[in-house]
Amino acid sequence: MRKLVAVALAFASFAVLPATAQTVKERLPTCLACHGENGQSQTPNVPSLGAQQAFYVTVQLLMFRENMRVATPMNDMTRSLTDDDLKSFAAIISTLPAPQPATGPVDEARMQRARALVEQNRCNFCHKQDFAGQDNVPHIADQREDYLVKALRGYKDNSRHGYDASMADVIAPITDPQILDLAYYIARVK
Amino acid sequence: MEYRVPRGPLLAATFALLATTVLAQDKPALPPGSPLIGRPDNNPAAEKLAPVPAPPLAAAADKIPLDKFKAPKGFNLELYASGMPNARSMTIDEKGTVFVGSRLQDKVYAITNKNGKRQVHVLVSGLYRPNGVAYKDGTLYIAELSQISKIEHVEDQIDKSPKPVVIYSDLPKDEAHGWKYLAIGPDNKLYFEVGQPGNNVLHDDAHGQLRRLNLDGSGAEKIAFGIRNTVGFDWSPKTHELYFTDNGRDWLSEDLPNDKLNRITKLGLDFGEPYCHQGNIPDVEFGWGHDCKDYVPPVALMGPHAAALGMKFYTGTMFPAEYRGQIFVARHGSWNRTKKFGGDIALVKLNSDGSVKSVEPFVTGFLQPDNNYIGRPVDVMNMPDGSLLISDDWNGAVYRLSYGPNAKLAGR
Repeated sequence: MRKLVAVALAFASFAVLPATAQTVKERLPTCLACHGENGQSQTPNVPSLGAQQAFYVTVQLLMFRENMRVATPMNDMTRSLTDDDLKSFAAIISTLPAPQPATGPVDEARMQRARALVEQNRCNFCHKQDFAGQDNVPHIADQREDYLVKALRGYKDNSRHGYDASMADVIAPITDPQILDLAYYIARVK
Repeated sequence: MEYRVPRGPLLAATFALLATTVLAQDKPALPPGSPLIGRPDNNPAAEKLAPVPAPPLAAAADKIPLDKFKAPKGFNLELYASGMPNARSMTIDEKGTVFVGSRLQDKVYAITNKNGKRQVHVLVSGLYRPNGVAYKDGTLYIAELSQISKIEHVEDQIDKSPKPVVIYSDLPKDEAHGWKYLAIGPDNKLYFEVGQPGNNVLHDDAHGQLRRLNLDGSGAEKIAFGIRNTVGFDWSPKTHELYFTDNGRDWLSEDLPNDKLNRITKLGLDFGEPYCHQGNIPDVEFGWGHDCKDYVPPVALMGPHAAALGMKFYTGTMFPAEYRGQIFVARHGSWNRTKKFGGDIALVKLNSDGSVKSVEPFVTGFLQPDNNYIGRPVDVMNMPDGSLLISDDWNGAVYRLSYGPNAKLAGR
C-alpha cells in the first residue's frame, strides 16, 4: 500500500512539475554543458565549478534566482529551483574535481608581482593558503583567468554585488593592472 | 605563506628594511582602510577569526531551536513568524502588520496578522541592503544602502509589490557600514546613520554620523558625529533623549574595545570614533594628538565586539513593573574574538537620571557553550499588547517574548 502511494505521488509530481521530477544529478549535465566536465570550464567567462564551496554555491544560486546577481542565462536557469534544489546542486557541485592550473609558458615576473599583491592584500586570509576558500568564500585556485578578471572588475565597479561587503571592502585599493596580474596568477597556482 | 623577497626595483628597498629591522616574517603593509588593519600576522589564533557567515536560506519553522533559547522565569519565548531569510530591523503599523527589513537579501517582508493568523508576505524585492524600516501614518519608510524611500498606503498594497518612491539619496555608496537603521523620532523626523566606511578609518564629513530628515525627505541635518556604526537607536519615553548603540572597531584586542551605548543630550555631539574608543581608549593609529576627554563617553559598555544592534525602551505593561522604561538591546554577537561574546538580548537598567545602572544578559542561548551560533538577534520591538518581538537573521525568523502563563499566543 505504502509503495502504491509512493508511486502515485511520483507520477503526480511528474505530471505537475516535469522539470523538477528529475533528480539534481540528472539535471547536472545541463550545467556542465557550459561549466565543463570534471569541474573545468572550457567556455570563455564561464567559471569552473570544481571543488567549489557548497555554501558559496548555495548563496550564488540563491542570488541568481532572486536577481540579486544578474548573469545570462543563470537567472532563468535558477528561476524554478526550490531552496532544497539550491542545496542539492551546491552539494553535488562541491564534489566535482578541482580545476587544473592554466597551461603554457608562465610569465614569472607577473607571477611574482601577483604574489606580492596577494601578500599585501592578505587574499589568503579568507581564501586560505591554497585558495580553496571556506564557507561563503569561494574556491578560486585555478579558476579561469578571464572569469577571475570579470569577477574582480565586477566587484571593483560594483556591477557585481557580493552577498556581503567583504570583496567590496578589499578590492577598493586594487587597480585594474593589478586585477590582471592577480587573475593571471590565481589561474595558475599549483 | 612564507615571505618571498620581491625582485627587481623592490629589492633594494627590501634589503634596507631587513638591515634595520627584523621583519623577515612580516608582510607588506596593508592598503589604507583595509578591514584587516590591526590583525596580527603569523598569529594562529587571529587567523581563525573572520565574520561568521549566516545561512543564506531561512530555517524551516520546525528546525528553529527555540527550546535552546532561554528567557528568565515567567517569560515565554515563541515563534512569531519564520521563512524570512536574513530578517533584520522591524516596525509595525496600526493593523498589527510587522514589516521586516533584510541586509544580505533584497527584500522587505510583511507579517500580517488577521484574527490571530499570521502570514509572511514578500512586500518588496529588488532592493539593495534594505536593512532599515520605519512606519508612520500609513506610510512605510525603507532605508537601503544609499537611499531612503517610502511606500504610501502600504497596508493596501501588501501583495501588490508596491514600488518604493525615493525621498532622499544624498548618501555615500560605501558597502562597509553602509546599511542603515531607520526610526522616526518624537519630532516626527526620520533618523538614520551613515557609518564609517571601514573598520577603522579616517573619512570625509559625509560619514560617521547620525542624520535626520523630514518625512518628505527635505531638511536633512547632521546631528551627531564620531559614530563608527550604529544599527539601533530609540528615544527615552521619559526625556525624549536619543540613545544609540555603536559597534567598536575590530582587531584592537580580544577584550577591547567594548561596543557602546550612547546618549544624545544635545545636537552636534562627537562620540569620538575613530580617535577614541569606548570613552577611554585612544586609538593606536588615529588617537595621536587627540584626547578622549574631548569626546562624549558612552553611558554603558556593551561588551567586546558584541555587535550591539537594535534597541528599544520597553513601553508596554505586560512585563513586570521593573522592566518599564528599561532598554532591551539585541546583541548580534562577536566574530572578532576567540571566545564569542553576545548573541543575546541584553537588559540595560537605567537610573532615574537616565544614566545606566546595569547591563545583563536577558534572553540567551543564541550563542551556545560550544562557541557556535544557533541564532543571532538583530532587533527588538514593542508590540501593542506589551510583548516584545525579536528578529533573528540567522534563522530568518521573528520570536515573541511575553510574560505570564496566559500570555502565549497559542494559549489564547
